[in-house]
Amino acid sequence: MKKFKQLAWLFAVVAFGLFGQQSCKPKGGSSGVGADAAAKAYVAPGTYDEFYNFVSGGFSGQMSVYGLPSGRLFRVIPVFSVDAEKGWGYSEESKPMLNTSHGFVPWDDLHHVALSVTKGEHDGRWAFGNANNTPRIARVDLQTFRTAEIIEIPNSAGNHSSPFITENSEYVVAGTRFSVPIGDNTDVPINTYKENFKGTVSFIGVDPTSGEMNLSFQILAPGINFDLARAGKGKSAGWFFFSCYNSEKANTLLEVNASQKDKDFIMAVNWKKAEEYAKAGKGMKKKVRYAHNKFNESTHTATSVIKEEVLVLDPKDCPDMVYFMPCPKSPHGCDTDPTGEYIVGSGKLAAVIPVFSFTKIQEAIAAKNFDGEYDGIPVLKYDAVLHGEVQKPGLGPLHTEFDGKGNAYTSFFVSSEIVKWNIQELKVLDRVPTYYSIGHLCVPGGPTSKPHGKYVVAYNKITKDRYLPTGPELTQSAQIYDISGEKMKLILDFPTIGEPHYAEAIPASLVMPKSKKIYKLEENKHPYAALGEGKAKVERKGKEVHVYMSSIRSHFTPDNIEGVKLGDVVYFHVTNLEQDWDVPHGFAVKGANNAELLILPGETQTLVWKPEKTGVYPMYCTDFCSALHQEMQGYIRVSPAGSNVPLTFSTGTNLPTDNK
Amino acid sequence: MKKITFSLLFAAGIFLISCGDASQSSDSAGSAEQVVAGGQEAVQDDESQKDVVKIAVGSPDHTTLVAALKQAELVTALSNAGPFTVFAPVNAAFDQLPKGTVEGLMQDDKKADLQNILQYHVAVAVYKVENMKDGQMIGQANGDNITLTVKDGKVKVNGTANIVASIQASNGIIHVIDAVLLPPAK
Repeated sequence: MKKFKQLAWLFAVVAFGLFGQQSCKPKGGSSGVGADAAAKAYVAPGTYDEFYNFVSGGFSGQMSVYGLPSGRLFRVIPVFSVDAEKGWGYSEESKPMLNTSHGFVPWDDLHHVALSVTKGEHDGRWAFGNANNTPRIARVDLQTFRTAEIIEIPNSAGNHSSPFITENSEYVVAGTRFSVPIGDNTDVPINTYKENFKGTVSFIGVDPTSGEMNLSFQILAPGINFDLARAGKGKSAGWFFFSCYNSEKANTLLEVNASQKDKDFIMAVNWKKAEEYAKAGKGMKKKVRYAHNKFNESTHTATSVIKEEVLVLDPKDCPDMVYFMPCPKSPHGCDTDPTGEYIVGSGKLAAVIPVFSFTKIQEAIAAKNFDGEYDGIPVLKYDAVLHGEVQKPGLGPLHTEFDGKGNAYTSFFVSSEIVKWNIQELKVLDRVPTYYSIGHLCVPGGPTSKPHGKYVVAYNKITKDRYLPTGPELTQSAQIYDISGEKMKLILDFPTIGEPHYAEAIPASLVMPKSKKIYKLEENKHPYAALGEGKAKVERKGKEVHVYMSSIRSHFTPDNIEGVKLGDVVYFHVTNLEQDWDVPHGFAVKGANNAELLILPGETQTLVWKPEKTGVYPMYCTDFCSALHQEMQGYIRVSPAGSNVPLTFSTGTNLPTDNK
Repeated sequence: MKKITFSLLFAAGIFLISCGDASQSSDSAGSAEQVVAGGQEAVQDDESQKDVVKIAVGSPDHTTLVAALKQAELVTALSNAGPFTVFAPVNAAFDQLPKGTVEGLMQDDKKADLQNILQYHVAVAVYKVENMKDGQMIGQANGDNITLTVKDGKVKVNGTANIVASIQASNGIIHVIDAVLLPPAK
């Protein structure tokens, strides 16, 4: 065996001599990586990244936060799925956040991120995310990195064209992927699609101070599929552009049947006009059901309210509000450049990238330069609104981001590459391979009026052979390219949570100074808070036993509880009395069927426990809190239903003494 | 007055360190620059409750203790999550020691002795006055025990040092005492 190894070494040395260093490199991985790549992505221990990267979690339903350029993972923010690490969807306080008109939905699919903007630039206040499956939009507060609000979208299915945002965060939008039967009778044959199915795009107003969302109005649209969208900027700020496919109105085998026509559409919506119509009462109030969930930062508790009405604007009654622009072959991405003049459509099956001109769109509308109508909506003439086409840019264009220097960066799924091109001249300037099958891409500030440039990050579908394998499912992956020079240069691969779709990156300086460190105890308005060890107590209300418990390094108060009986429902309301950054406590009781707790400093969280056997149950802190974390424990005694063991509680005094 | 100035200077020193820590690397290529070494005492945080070190630093009556903790390199350890009980002798308590004792302990070649004495003033756990019992022994960080006497609700340590005040900190509790505790002779 040893000999064999020596032989192998000898062979390796000879091979090295013959073929040079290249032949020794792992295949695929290192090609195209410059010698200075490591230095460019290196962020020394103890120093900070320049950008936060907010990355959608796709089918996991969450949003994750990385540093750029290091690719280090900081946090997975639970949004639309339960998350044991954060207690999200497990504590009684957070459960209402996942309520919908269909009840509690524990797992959804988050595809796109939109960071709030003021005057077209990042303001570092909120990150919005969409739930695809049970249509919703969430708002994450960037002071707490917690989901603050979730609003459900009625008359929608597959909320893919969401949550894109207007120039001053006036609205985030939600365009339905699936058209569906709308109205009182939704029990219709599927093959009556063309008569009975409709699409909608919803405009969700965002309160400029609190960020609170409100379903302002919906626009009724033909029964096609809405894919992605972007708001205008600057001169086009009052408009919104939605890519649409399936103008064939197929309801089966869309893979074939929705790819028949040469051109589908980008739907241009004059949202300022729509807003005027809504205010003037032009819409119809429709009966619907949708949940609106809010997390209250002072009670640390979410509430869910079911709302029952939505204002619907029908383009038939609202002239000059909606237009269609023909766009080649099932457009996916629909991106406006930083000036707001150019709208880039990316037809998944197209051999060109069409670039539309906002000025020409306005001229064509004024001149009524139409190519007929589609379901009563005027279709603008393709040539009249086109700035030009990028010819043969690559295969399968999907998404485009911008660097603020007149360049666009488009991802190509089929040819696995990013192509840099000049918007004005429509000329390809550079192309780099991605490993492999890129979907979305992100330039810091790329969708804003003022991109920060510097990097483009690729979010890939396929990771085969890029990392050590982990069985049939591999890590998800992103790749960072330096775009500061003329040529794009790959500098780092980094793994992500599954599955990254759209992402945004924002300078750390816009978020970091506002980051919250603790919840102040004096602001804790939770009705069951124990705001001090002296306030800890246990109360019986019929069959309910409420434990007002406190935790602080390194004990619970109370930590000995007796007098619970079979048939009782025990509520552990645990208040973390710490007022110290980064010192959460956990709570677990043996045999709990539903959950544990994680309680942040100053917070109160509740675990419901229904003991099913008599005995003494241990409970302990699950978050490594201190040198005496292993001592942070207690006992709760459960007696038979008819027992006369009195309800007592204590810490340190070894009570009760009279019922031994 | 001189002592107060020293205390302030020390406090300023801590904040200067914190300003240099973990700076944002606007140029990633340049982020290989020397990172200022500092423990948790260097964390910038004006929101959290103060830890035992920050409270001591803020006390004009504990300048000698703070200077000694610094010389003994215990500032980082006591800025940790703890939890700690710190018996904190006031300046006057140090002044009661034989002349030259403190100055001698502050010499670099006496660092181990100073550490031993200071660690004898620290327990890992939170001991509140209301939980203290007459005759109770507490194992201190240096490995030796202290003994408490409780009379009429007043607590004395090793029969010599009175607990004159107690202050809750984020990572434990400080009991202000009026005499320095000396570890048992070996």
